[in-house]
Amino acid sequence: MKTVRRIRRRLLSLLLVAPLIAVAACSGSSGAGGDDKQVTLTYAIWDQAQAAAMKQIITEFHAKHPNIDVQVQVTPWESYWTKLQTSVTAGTGPDVFWMTMVYAKYYATGGGTAPLDDQIKKSKLDMSAYVPAVTKAYTVNGKVYGVPKDVNGFGLCYNKKLFDAAKVKYPDESWTWSDVIAAAQKLTNPKQGVYGFVAPEADELSWYLTVPQVGGQVISPDGKSSGYDQSATIQGIQFWTDMITKYHVSPTLQQTTDTDPLAMLTSGKVAMRYCGSWEPEEIAAVPYGKANIGIAPLPAGPGGNRNYYSNGLANSMSAKTKHPDQAWEFLQFLGSDRAAEIQAKTGTVIPAYQGHADAYAKAMPEFDLQVFVDHLKYAQPFPASTDTAAWRDAATKQFADAWTGKSPVADVSRHVAETMNAALAKEQR
Amino acid sequence: MSGPSTATAPAEARPIRLRTTTGGRRRPRPPTRDSGWWALLFLLPAAAGLVIFEIWPTFQTIYFSFTSWGAFGGHVWSGLENYRTLIADSDIVHAIVNTAIISVISLLAVPLSAIVAALLSLPGMRGVTVYRTLYFLPVVTLPAAVALTWKYLFNGDYGLINWLLSKIGVNGPHWLSDPATAIFAISIVGVWGSIGYNMVIFLSGIRGIPTDYYEAAELDGAGRLAQFFHITVPLLTPSIFFVTVITVINSLQAFDLIYLMVGQQSPAIERTETLVYLFYQRGFAEHDGGYAAAIGVLLLLATLILTAAQFRLQRRWVHYG
Repeated sequence: MKTVRRIRRRLLSLLLVAPLIAVAACSGSSGAGGDDKQVTLTYAIWDQAQAAAMKQIITEFHAKHPNIDVQVQVTPWESYWTKLQTSVTAGTGPDVFWMTMVYAKYYATGGGTAPLDDQIKKSKLDMSAYVPAVTKAYTVNGKVYGVPKDVNGFGLCYNKKLFDAAKVKYPDESWTWSDVIAAAQKLTNPKQGVYGFVAPEADELSWYLTVPQVGGQVISPDGKSSGYDQSATIQGIQFWTDMITKYHVSPTLQQTTDTDPLAMLTSGKVAMRYCGSWEPEEIAAVPYGKANIGIAPLPAGPGGNRNYYSNGLANSMSAKTKHPDQAWEFLQFLGSDRAAEIQAKTGTVIPAYQGHADAYAKAMPEFDLQVFVDHLKYAQPFPASTDTAAWRDAATKQFADAWTGKSPVADVSRHVAETMNAALAKEQR
Repeated sequence: MSGPSTATAPAEARPIRLRTTTGGRRRPRPPTRDSGWWALLFLLPAAAGLVIFEIWPTFQTIYFSFTSWGAFGGHVWSGLENYRTLIADSDIVHAIVNTAIISVISLLAVPLSAIVAALLSLPGMRGVTVYRTLYFLPVVTLPAAVALTWKYLFNGDYGLINWLLSKIGVNGPHWLSDPATAIFAISIVGVWGSIGYNMVIFLSGIRGIPTDYYEAAELDGAGRLAQFFHITVPLLTPSIFFVTVITVINSLQAFDLIYLMVGQQSPAIERTETLVYLFYQRGFAEHDGGYAAAIGVLLLLATLILTAAQFRLQRRWVHYG
């Protein structure tokens, strides 16, 4: 009995002491900070593959600014935007976060991101250091709402082992659509469950790469009307659906929904896939992928055109941050030469800070990453309006009927154009 | 916490007695006139939670359904506009049909769980605790983990289900991405996941049935099956009624499995999206908070009508006592 009571009393005293220690610890840290108080910033990102590079950047930033702590918050893409908007609206959101061209105008005009012009001027940040197309996408009504982070290039990932087995020549820069189709037909082997190509229904990784190659457009340059009813646009989309419904050289939409197309590539189930410059790291993470995947230039359109819609990210500051000065310090570092170098060397992305493309290209000797860098010169502004999500999601949903072969591409595309024009009209009200 | 040791009585004098009230010192007193206040006081925490987190938001939602929202907060009165959009929105029709299908299939869980509970209550049944735990596991498992596991099982090319089917020469569909099968696949997971919760309610219901009835029935020569249908089921009707009401309400709110297992990119989404999924899509992905609130009001009305109807109909089939 006695020992029990002693233990209980000891536990009790511990309970009483614990808050005291906490209080002491708090006063200690704030005392050591001197004039600059200790501030913790939250930094929201969505790509787990880049988390390591981001953490290294933060470590170096913290060494220079010991009074600013940064916490990374990784939320998968599927829920990143809903979470961000809700938390920013409630005033509890992150201080600094990744922004895509898709939402740039929406956040800028809606008051979600803060304009940075005053700070840029004050700290003499050289905006010409970044790829101009990216800076332009984050400039809304003459004001800059983000410090460019990276830019996307694309290439053709192919499985050397499957190419060798089918005795097909590796793809090179001379390839156009017809070469892809011809090779895919030779590589498809239903007995072994191998497809020559994979045609996912994912705008950024599918028709956003082919529509500009035939002179089509998703949205008019003034951003007021849809381009989905133009015959060139329809042709660019048809390239993808034909792979499934006409040539039968790609897994169906149901298959690509069930299994990630990138996983199909790195497990030898498909021989070719269009890849983005942020993906080699994921491919190399799979031993089979690292050993067998090669990267070739993205095949050109029938007329040799290589234009594509390029997205690029920026780091933006929340309009509701409680620490704008510290957030700006961090933003500046994220946009610095050193941060670009760290990102480039990991081979995760091509930095928007010009001059580090070489470091990216050399980051993974097993792949020809130069392909992605060379592709950058064909970049076109990413299709976006103020409320891009309102028509982009609807387009993805409706195009499913074209991918499954339920309706002709032309019909679906015209219907998408109607929905999109209605959304754009609503936006301008 | 520090009460017993600092009390005026010496520390050695029965410090534990004060907590264990089994001693004769504290006898339950008959209710007095002012005990109503005490009842109110004890109800307060729960009532406050209910008002703050349930009732107030309900009225807020009704108000918001008449407004139009800005991107980052702020809203203006827009009258009946959201409801006009609602009537014209063809997706709402899909969503109502899908929700209805899911609700009907979900009701399968009621008889299934009653049977499981009855089997587990059989005298002499071995390993009851193990089975009870196994059936209850889905209830305490994260929905995301459940969804992910079933997603692998349902995978059209590499899933365990289609692999098993292939052993008997059946070429299984892409369960979750085929518009024809997705809603059934989702509903089956829903049924599977709710059996554990229903089972617990039925188990306690069955325990409340006096054993004399079974003994009498046995003397009259009734078999196990006859006992189940003529004693267990009729006397279990209050529990069955409760479980049915809960099941319908829960199935009207089907969302997480659809969001996690089907998703916006799937060709099957149009045939699986429910009212709550549409509410989420319009409100959070397309930033139309006011319209989402209108969908919420529609769902509230549907829930109220269906539940009221069930309470009406219960008089015909539920036996109390």
